[in-house]
Amino acid sequence: MTETSLTMTPAASAQPNPPVNLPPSNSVLRHARYVVEENPVTGLSFALFVIIALCALIGPYIVPYDPLASNTTATLQAPSLHHWFGTDQLGRDIFSRVVVATRLDFVIAIASVAMVFVLGGLAGISAGFFLGWTDRIVGRISDTIMAFPLFVLAMGIVAALGNTVTNIVIATAIINFPLYVRVARAEANVRREAGFVQAARLSGNGDFRILLMHILPNIMPIMMVQISLTMGYAILNAAGLSFIGLGVKPPTPEWGIMVAEGATNIISGEWWVAFFPGAALMIAVFCFNLLGDGLRDLVDPQRRT
Amino acid sequence: MAKKKPKPSKVDRNAASDLPLLDIHDLTVEFATRRGVVRAVQHINLTVAKGETVGIVGESGSGKSVTSYAVMRILDRAGSIAEGSVMFSGLDLRGIPESDMRDMRGREMSMIFQSPRLALNPIRKVGHQIEDVLLQHAQVDSDAVSERAIKTLEQVRIARSRERYHAYPFELSGGMCQRVVIALALACRPQLLIADEPTTGLDVTTQKAVMDLVVELTRERGMSTILITHDLGLAAAYCDRVVVMEKGHIVETAASSSIFKKPSHAYTRKLMRATPRPGVSLRDLLPEGETPRPKATAKTADKKSSASKTKAGTEAPLLVIEKLVKEYPRQGGAASFMKMFSRKPAAEPDMFRAVDGISFQIARGESVGLVGESGCGKSTTSMMLMRLIDKTSGLIMFNGEDIGEIPARKFATLPQRKMIQMVFQDPTDSLNPRFTGARAIADPLLQLGGISRGEVRSRCEELATLVGLPLNLLDRFPHQLSGGQKARVGIARAIALKPDLIILDEPTAALDVSVQAVVLNLLQDLKDSLGMSYLFVSHDLNVVRLLCDRVIVMRSGQIVEQGATESVMVAPQASYTRDLLAAIPHPPV
Amino acid sequence: MLATIAKRLVTVLPTLVGVVIVTFLLTRVLPGDPAVYFAGPAATPQSIAEIRKGLGLDRPLPEQFARYVNDLAHGNFGNSLSTGRPVATEITSRLPASAELTLLGLILSIVIAVPLGIFAAVKQGSWIDHLCRIVATAGVSLPVFFTGLLFVYIFYFKLGWSPAPIGRLDAFTTAPRNITGFYLIDSLLIGNFETFRSSLGQLILPATTLAVFSLAPIARMTRASMLSVLASEFVRTARASGLDSRTVIITYAFRNAMLPVVTTLGMVFSFLLGANVLVEKVFAWPGIGSYAVEALLQSDFAPVQGFVLTMAVLYVALNLLIDMLYGVIDPRVRLEA
Repeated sequence: MTETSLTMTPAASAQPNPPVNLPPSNSVLRHARYVVEENPVTGLSFALFVIIALCALIGPYIVPYDPLASNTTATLQAPSLHHWFGTDQLGRDIFSRVVVATRLDFVIAIASVAMVFVLGGLAGISAGFFLGWTDRIVGRISDTIMAFPLFVLAMGIVAALGNTVTNIVIATAIINFPLYVRVARAEANVRREAGFVQAARLSGNGDFRILLMHILPNIMPIMMVQISLTMGYAILNAAGLSFIGLGVKPPTPEWGIMVAEGATNIISGEWWVAFFPGAALMIAVFCFNLLGDGLRDLVDPQRRT
Repeated sequence: MAKKKPKPSKVDRNAASDLPLLDIHDLTVEFATRRGVVRAVQHINLTVAKGETVGIVGESGSGKSVTSYAVMRILDRAGSIAEGSVMFSGLDLRGIPESDMRDMRGREMSMIFQSPRLALNPIRKVGHQIEDVLLQHAQVDSDAVSERAIKTLEQVRIARSRERYHAYPFELSGGMCQRVVIALALACRPQLLIADEPTTGLDVTTQKAVMDLVVELTRERGMSTILITHDLGLAAAYCDRVVVMEKGHIVETAASSSIFKKPSHAYTRKLMRATPRPGVSLRDLLPEGETPRPKATAKTADKKSSASKTKAGTEAPLLVIEKLVKEYPRQGGAASFMKMFSRKPAAEPDMFRAVDGISFQIARGESVGLVGESGCGKSTTSMMLMRLIDKTSGLIMFNGEDIGEIPARKFATLPQRKMIQMVFQDPTDSLNPRFTGARAIADPLLQLGGISRGEVRSRCEELATLVGLPLNLLDRFPHQLSGGQKARVGIARAIALKPDLIILDEPTAALDVSVQAVVLNLLQDLKDSLGMSYLFVSHDLNVVRLLCDRVIVMRSGQIVEQGATESVMVAPQASYTRDLLAAIPHPPV
Repeated sequence: MLATIAKRLVTVLPTLVGVVIVTFLLTRVLPGDPAVYFAGPAATPQSIAEIRKGLGLDRPLPEQFARYVNDLAHGNFGNSLSTGRPVATEITSRLPASAELTLLGLILSIVIAVPLGIFAAVKQGSWIDHLCRIVATAGVSLPVFFTGLLFVYIFYFKLGWSPAPIGRLDAFTTAPRNITGFYLIDSLLIGNFETFRSSLGQLILPATTLAVFSLAPIARMTRASMLSVLASEFVRTARASGLDSRTVIITYAFRNAMLPVVTTLGMVFSFLLGANVLVEKVFAWPGIGSYAVEALLQSDFAPVQGFVLTMAVLYVALNLLIDMLYGVIDPRVRLEA
């Protein structure tokens, strides 16, 4: 969703001129510190992100139990000192499984977002800049994808191609393609007529140089927000697919599948089987959403000082 | 909506007429910003008598608009009246509750703003918008309100008012939208009208029509008016008294006849000097006592500087334009497609001629002005000369070479690109927000300059010095620079490749008048020392007069008149030129 | 007016064509061979080949496509391999269940989200504004199936306020006579309040789950749109003319602010139709979502294909309606076309 900005009333433009004395450098690090200090929520989300990334990287090496080891004598135990998140119906330690699952979901999120950012972003800015046939073709592809309710399409794709992580990544990338195209296209289209693009032409830049060196860097802030939001959607999507049996296959630990496995236990009161993986999902997606605003502030030079 | 009983007005309309209608005393307005409290207006005193028209003049940041917002109490959330009083007909507006203030707005005092089309609700019929105001202030019964709204439209000289009542803003022209806004403001017959830059952005002839209308209507009803503007000439032509503001203070107040003959404050004098007007030279625009910037040193002066001394016409012209045409399809693909199936013969031309066969020349070292109102084709012409868009037909000859035949797409990377450059109108829009000043100036050098990377920085610094940009500002981003500084970056970028011809598209329109004076002088100096030719596109005839040797007047895609600037301005041949000149507001002589 | 509708329908045709092509291609990309499955474990290569021929899987692709389109035109969505019944009848009979659930969820969501967004924008910085921001961020982060399960745990298991999530009615009530297929409406129409209460009781949790899910984008868009409109020039003019707050907020601001929100509804529908599938699984709701999911688990593809196609067509129709609604609100779209 595009961000809105308040129109400047003349009253608001009665601001002093830009400061005469600036800090000695417009360095990135100093700006990063400023961004984090200004909005504590951003700092929180960055910190959370680091924790999640750590879990993904070293999680499998530091968990107390083997996530796949079942123990029939300790099934469905409530959270305790031995098993912080309890055990599931096969006696596996839920805490270990939740931490190990971080890596899989994280990888799925990053892979699908990277794919759709490159494909959708490039397609979008080309369509918005060159217009004509490029725009028409990209538009057609985008419209065809958007004609389907997106999750339903993902179901169809994964069902057709098979339950593998690669296919989940591909399906997620496909269903997010129209969104990236739309945002990138709109941004490129607006800037196409801007003075600085014409000036770039006058300076001897050819079309492709303008697209890559002048327009793309300017739309990065908005794309950053898109990226972090889509990381959240990607995880939710993968979890949702797993929940209905179209995702990762058991016994692989993955948050969505774990919630599915724990769903039947909810009715009998063993809430922890589904709760902890679900909470992990929620925290991760929440973190990515908050991250979006912070990233935008970091990347946008207009926010400096 | 049921008939509302009009609340009794808190204001006595029959009060003694020697009491000022509006009496602002010691007013201070503050804004809470990220950088702390900012005082936009400080301790100002201002009165407006009944039936008087007062102009508030100032540059950006002067606080002139903030004052009027404070009077109407429609400041931003972050703004507040910190000190002082605003007495309206004896009532202190600062103390009354918001509900009473709402009654005052529209009924006792009203306001019109810039950008008339944006000021109207885009999805509501204009007639209904007028009715809303009439019904809000219970001026008329709900069964009679439509007729009253139509009458209001008639009073602002909108033809076919019954039909136009049902129109949406997007169906009306800019001038008509402004009339509707005036109708809205005057519908309930307020005592005071505040007009905040009502004609900025309008063509000079439309501007005259709107101002004449406002003055006529307000005089007719004995209303007081406050006209807020940055244009001294406008204030002088239409106001009884003029108030000059600078950085939140009032520096001078006087009757408009005396303020122009004998300005007492230094700032007023500076503003007056800086305003382009007939009978002065460029140097006269600068504040008195300021020496003109030193001419460029011999090191940067080119071999071309000798060419600037050659009289135009003694050698081959730099640019020759012959019968240049640019056509656009009128409505776009779908309409033409449908036309294929329609029964009507294709008699009406479905191409729109933005530029309709114009011819002119520019000699080396010459400065030519291209003037006209919006839609006349001057921007399209300059785009074609820049080779940013392709012509439909005609000849564009530059330095003896037909560059019109080279497609625009290919032109960017050719060596000829270096010879023709442009200074853009909006300094903010024309600078890449992610490039520092140095990077922006370096861009043409990197692409076409043919100099090594190491030399680029020193060349940037040379250019910055040439245009008077302090070197420490080179590493700032555009949003960290002022309007004048951004304009200098744009100019430095344009001259980086030492072009023969620069097209300047309203380069000072967005600048304050004092900054404009400095930039215009800079442009003249650069032209003389670097031996360039200018094509100066503008709607401001006074500026063109100062900078250009010859002038071309365009209208509806055609050239109406061209010739030496002085002769066209003093003795115009075409009636359109005469109309244009007559519409310029000038101070009382 | 009819001309505009006709013109809009024409623009929708290429989309429908695309949808049909994509759903056709989906089946042909299947791993595994349906003929083998259908023939059973004891099949010989000849019987598999016969079955393949019978299913038309040995013909060239364009011909298969032509047959497919022909079948669709006759309302034939194929038969479910596991139950043997025609997919089209199953979908038609189960559609009202999904529709009732989704519509109720959407209505609940709009009724809460829109006022929330408006108040948040009008009273910027107040507690309502913060609440709106929290709702928007949290709502987007919560997986819909997780919310559903949480609700079941809290309201059924712990508090006992909700009936068991076993479907549209509890164990003791029978379905009302089929007039619209919507139990709420049908039971009211025939005056059977017991059935009405039972179906409402069963509906509350799943509908609320869906509502929580779609609350976030709607509230966020309403708030953003209202903020933008409230800062616009024409609202400033309205205020300067002395119009009272109600008129300014509702007649001037709200109507303009709704335009982007209506456009967002299209996206919200996309999410809802997807979330529907997940909610149906959690609450054992007998809609088309659960039909497709059950079929999937048995590698039975005709129902899945029929489901995807139906959802897509429904979505296209919904988007068309939204476009028309937009045209009603915004005269610029109507008159400039």
